[in-house]
Amino acid sequence: MPQTYKARVFVTLKPSVFDPQGHVIVESLHGMGYGGVADVRQGKYFELDVEADSADAARALVSDVSNRLLANPVIESFKVDVA
Amino acid sequence: MKFAIVVFPGSNCDHDAYHATTAVIGQQAELIWHKETDLRGADAVILPGGFAHGDYLRTGAIARFSPIMKSVEAFAASGGPVVGFCNGFQILLEAGLLEGAMLRNRSLQYRCEHVHVRVERTDTPWTTLCQPGQVMRIPIAHGEGNYFAAPDVIDRLEQNGQVIFRYVTAGGETTDAANPNGSLHNIAGICNERRNVVALMPHPERACEPVLGSGDGKVVLDSVVASLRAGVPVAAR
Repeated sequence: MPQTYKARVFVTLKPSVFDPQGHVIVESLHGMGYGGVADVRQGKYFELDVEADSADAARALVSDVSNRLLANPVIESFKVDVA
Repeated sequence: MKFAIVVFPGSNCDHDAYHATTAVIGQQAELIWHKETDLRGADAVILPGGFAHGDYLRTGAIARFSPIMKSVEAFAASGGPVVGFCNGFQILLEAGLLEGAMLRNRSLQYRCEHVHVRVERTDTPWTTLCQPGQVMRIPIAHGEGNYFAAPDVIDRLEQNGQVIFRYVTAGGETTDAANPNGSLHNIAGICNERRNVVALMPHPERACEPVLGSGDGKVVLDSVVASLRAGVPVAAR
């Protein structure tokens, strides 16, 4: 029996890829006096409602979608949470 | 010869390409909506600049799944000359027809200015009439033109001579100050291994008449006309 799963996808630039936006944010934070923030990496967050037969099937579908569209595997990696 | 110029929702240099290919160099061209699947017997394909699908998600990420792209991929696979200007470059990267990806400009600024670009290789259908090392003054207009690829990919592109255009000074020097967006190795344009798919962030199609500030880019369009006349293999119609 298919049911609706809530999936959350976090997309971030790979560690080897320079993040110009994160760099500007951390510099700004340092200017604001937050010297304790050592680094910032900016990413994207998606919420998907998925119809699937199981949480595993939902996770597989969302991983496929993330690989093909939500993230660009050349520069980004992603993490999927299904609830 | 006939150019196909693909029009995505948000393309805004499609008519620049149309004007350059028809009024300036006297060839035929057709504007083809992205939902179509037929390239109408075109001899060469242009993916124009702009903001296809509003650049939502990532530049080119949605456009690469437009119906026309299957035909563009087939045309490229059969050896037909394809070029991407600016957003067209971003779409070709997302489609996997070219290697690498675009990051936000190092400055985080949208850069809109004339830059100098050196032609590194003349052995592509889009650069045959250029002189090796020729410096062109042509405009850029982009926020995501910071070319990135993994180190092994960059090495391979350099070794294979797939870096076709590089940002340089007016005198032709590769310097960091001449790099408007932070691209690795000052890369402004590349080609695929087969060399028929070429793309660059600058806009040669908007620099085809001196009255518009520069006529330096016209040689790119003239080159493909000359290449096709000389018999570069063209896709099955």
